[in-house]
Amino acid sequence: MTDLSAARNRRDRNTRWLLLTPAMLVLLFAASGPLLIVLVYSFLTPGDYGGVEWQFSLQAWTNVLAERDIFTDEWQLADAHLTVLWRSIKLSFMTAVLAFIFGFPTAYFIATRPPRQRDIYMLLIMIPFWTNLLIRTFAIMELIRNQGTVNTLLIAMGVIDEPIQMLFTEFSLLLGMTYVYLPLMILPIYASMERFDFSLVEAGYDLYATRLQVLRKIIFPLVKPGVVAGSILVFVPCLGAYVTPRVLGGGKQLMLGNLIELQFGQLRNWPLGAALSLTLLVIVMIALLFYVRAVGREGETNV
Amino acid sequence: MSKGGFDVRRQTGFTTVAVFCFVVLYLPIILLVLYSFNAGESIAIWEGFSWRWYVSAWENERVQAATVRSVVVALSASLIATSSAVLAALATTRTRPWRGQTLAFALINQPLMVPEIVTAVALLIFFALVKVWTGYTGLAYLIIAHSAFCLPFAYMPIRARLQGMDLSLEQAGADLYGTPFKVFRRITLPQLWPGILAGAMLAFVISLDDVVITEFVKSAGQDTLPTYMLGQLRRVITPEINAISSALLAISVMLVIGFFFLSRTPK
Repeated sequence: MTDLSAARNRRDRNTRWLLLTPAMLVLLFAASGPLLIVLVYSFLTPGDYGGVEWQFSLQAWTNVLAERDIFTDEWQLADAHLTVLWRSIKLSFMTAVLAFIFGFPTAYFIATRPPRQRDIYMLLIMIPFWTNLLIRTFAIMELIRNQGTVNTLLIAMGVIDEPIQMLFTEFSLLLGMTYVYLPLMILPIYASMERFDFSLVEAGYDLYATRLQVLRKIIFPLVKPGVVAGSILVFVPCLGAYVTPRVLGGGKQLMLGNLIELQFGQLRNWPLGAALSLTLLVIVMIALLFYVRAVGREGETNV
Repeated sequence: MSKGGFDVRRQTGFTTVAVFCFVVLYLPIILLVLYSFNAGESIAIWEGFSWRWYVSAWENERVQAATVRSVVVALSASLIATSSAVLAALATTRTRPWRGQTLAFALINQPLMVPEIVTAVALLIFFALVKVWTGYTGLAYLIIAHSAFCLPFAYMPIRARLQGMDLSLEQAGADLYGTPFKVFRRITLPQLWPGILAGAMLAFVISLDDVVITEFVKSAGQDTLPTYMLGQLRRVITPEINAISSALLAISVMLVIGFFFLSRTPK
């Protein structure tokens, strides 16, 4: 009896590993494994023409936040890095807020439709999300560039004489990221609203609550986990955004992703690039921890 | 729903915002597609209908090469990702819970959690080493990189389908002395097909659309369509870019709608 079940257990374990092997090989080779090499590289010395010298150094990590003044040889804060870091965090936060302002009413609207219509509305939200991010960013760029649709239209109507410079500003990044990541806010809010029991709202009105009170005191607290989840789902990809700031920021409004790329391109400082990448990774992991705590176990199937 | 004319679900202004959102989500894309048919050189001034930009994109040799490369990479990557995802999904649903399960989940979902730019940088460093060791610089790097980040997307619908399946048929098969492989082939697999197809379609779309990882992993002259488009940014923008975008969009939208209906049925 015990012999048999032990044999079964062993067979189970063998099949399981056999089944998992292909996936694990792919992931170790092209996802997890390389991350460890990034860690190693962040402790090396930059090579003269890109790449690294195999010599231990902590300089990349100190350079993330501090730099040595070339004239006085004193350590000071790395202003350029801090500006980019601050801009990344600020814009990601503002994007999450904007996405909430537009996403919450939209999710509410969809959740209050009859069940059959809801699927169609959700499909309408999901289609842009699953289509090419670059193309959607292009679409925004064509809209707001100086010879773009908006400026051409405004000039033709005589509202303005000169095109308004919208591209390559923080505004364009904010607009682009909100546009691109809005579905990530709507999805989890909708998921938590779909289960919402509207008889609670009725009870609220029976007790003479106003619409605003119902919204604030009944609906919002009950869908708050969805709001937290959505905010983090928007915040995280914004923080690591690369395409949107490259297309809409045009090298003038760098975000963390672009700063990292610079280290591997023009600036040829791979260890610093590695250290900056890991800094980004740590911030993202902290945000994701909050996500897991907010959504709990049920979140696993939602996204 | 409404009670004596008073709709408890109504919130002032919410419908307006929602309608605004739907319009805003689609308007830029619609304009982009519209101007791909522009007879003029501008992407903002309409000068009449024409196919000229589709023709010029079609005849552009760099676009042709990038298209072929995109399709080869997306097909290979979705094939690798989907087949390994099927096996992984079987391992995580059809065996009893085990200790390493959480770790396996974490590994499979890692591409979803780690920012793309970080993975891209990691692959750049790692593949630079491998390229020096082996001297090989072909497409395989792109294919394996794409397979990895497509894997969780292929895995999700397949696992969902496996979990939603009625186990009694599989048990009956096993009771009738079917070997595990036979049970899988004759009973599980036929029911699993919609999930596999959905996973493969999603993986294909994700691979086809990728910019960041491709941009960092590709060797010289290995542009895919998205990285080609990104490279065109520095030049004067003509509706040719719109034409390429529209074609890519059409493919994505069809696959996404297909995915939506395939993954909806098992309820």
